[in-house]
Amino acid sequence: MIKLIDVCKDFRGKAALQHVNLEILDGETLAIIGGSGSGKSTLLRLLIGLIRPSSGEIWIGQDEISHMTDAEMDRLRLRMGMVFQYSALFDSMTVGDNVAFGLREHTDYDEARIRSIVEEKLHQVGLEHVAHLMPNELSGGMKKRVSLARAIAIEPEIIFYDEPSSGLDPIMTSKIDELIVSTQRALHVTSVVVTHDMASACRIADRIAMVYEGELIAVDTVERFCQMKDERIQAFFHTLRTEKEVEPCLQKQR
Amino acid sequence: MVIRMMELIGSFVLRRLEELGIVVLLYGETMKQLFHRPRMRHIIAQMSHLGVDSLSIVCLTLLFTGVVFTLQTADQFIRFGAQSTVGGIISIAIGRELGPVLVGVVCAGRVGAAITAEISTMKVTEQIDALRVMAVNPVNYLIVPRMIACMIVVPMLTMFGDIIGVLGGWLTAVYYSGISSDIFWSSVNRFTDAFDLTGGMIKAVFFGNVIAVLGCYYGLHSPDGAEGVGKATTKTVVTSIIVIFILNALLTFLLY
Repeated sequence: MIKLIDVCKDFRGKAALQHVNLEILDGETLAIIGGSGSGKSTLLRLLIGLIRPSSGEIWIGQDEISHMTDAEMDRLRLRMGMVFQYSALFDSMTVGDNVAFGLREHTDYDEARIRSIVEEKLHQVGLEHVAHLMPNELSGGMKKRVSLARAIAIEPEIIFYDEPSSGLDPIMTSKIDELIVSTQRALHVTSVVVTHDMASACRIADRIAMVYEGELIAVDTVERFCQMKDERIQAFFHTLRTEKEVEPCLQKQR
Repeated sequence: MVIRMMELIGSFVLRRLEELGIVVLLYGETMKQLFHRPRMRHIIAQMSHLGVDSLSIVCLTLLFTGVVFTLQTADQFIRFGAQSTVGGIISIAIGRELGPVLVGVVCAGRVGAAITAEISTMKVTEQIDALRVMAVNPVNYLIVPRMIACMIVVPMLTMFGDIIGVLGGWLTAVYYSGISSDIFWSSVNRFTDAFDLTGGMIKAVFFGNVIAVLGCYYGLHSPDGAEGVGKATTKTVVTSIIVIFILNALLTFLLY
């Protein structure tokens, strides 16, 4: 379980997150939604230990990470994977080398085994025969999928997604959502998805948390979240314009 | 007005001191990581990328420096009947000062800028965060190979530069100023000792350190966006050159 207790984060005296209390259960998919600059990406960076909280505690399982040394944090990160907003693929390496990166760094597998895992993970995200390509030869959606393949290559227990649908067309967004759901089902991982796309959050999440101006204002199941009367939440629901977009939420309510 | 000026000067000094502190911490962390899991493949790739590719521009710079230096000195020395000292003067000047300093300046422009541009682009595109998330220390992965490569390659380039510079001087002395080749080389032998060259290479090791650490520092701390990458690259080149000149004066004082 991931647990945040009264977490605050400020940058040069300006509060980015205030008194956040949150529990993320093992094996669930939690979507963190919020507008631009609301603090949701800060929350994600705190969870993965890229930044430290100004106060409060962050527990990943039995480990409190806010005072961990870099070496201790690195050991913990072997249990995590992350899909970055702009994929963050290493542009000096081929797609195959990107996916193999974690395995080469942290395992003593031979090259044949690494190649077979790379093929398997690329197949899992629906990308075959691209291992030899460079990242700049891929489309945005393909990069996201390679990024996911890289994240799951070391078989993490937790996967973090930073704006997985950002910059993608609706069809590709839907494919990435399906991939997140199928990955979660296949690997039984805990998934934390930061997004501002409400339709996407409804499709993939078990629970939704909303961050508004640095405060966590609501956390609940998709069904209950949809029924909340808070106008800040409703404003987000109004972004679901078409029936097709509303349908996943309605299905979950049923 | 005076108070405002003092405030400005104070904040400028504080910013520079803060920057210096971060550079020293980064250098310390790099030294700590230096022998921790050396990545030979990366080191060799960096040596090739940063060093071999700089060889032609280093040779060109030192060749013409040797030529011009001889053009300016040989005639004066011949006028005073001291043509037998021309070779020695050129080899000492190039070995001790011109070689390491000019190679340092060329590498600051060629190598330092390349390091900053590469690392700052990686930072902007979240590749450095990706390294950290994948439990790979960016200092160990990115900075250590570049640091080792610079510490090896800059002295090697200096050695090549010294040879080419003296050859440039010899060409000018013999074919333009009419000094005999034997006199030139015997002068080189008589006046130059091994420490004139090794001292210059010791300087080059320090310059390599400066170029690598400043290149990496400005890369890691570049502001976001294309403009930020450009600014960081310029800062690397300017600061490296200034530090190289200051360090050269200090090292000359200590070594000779």
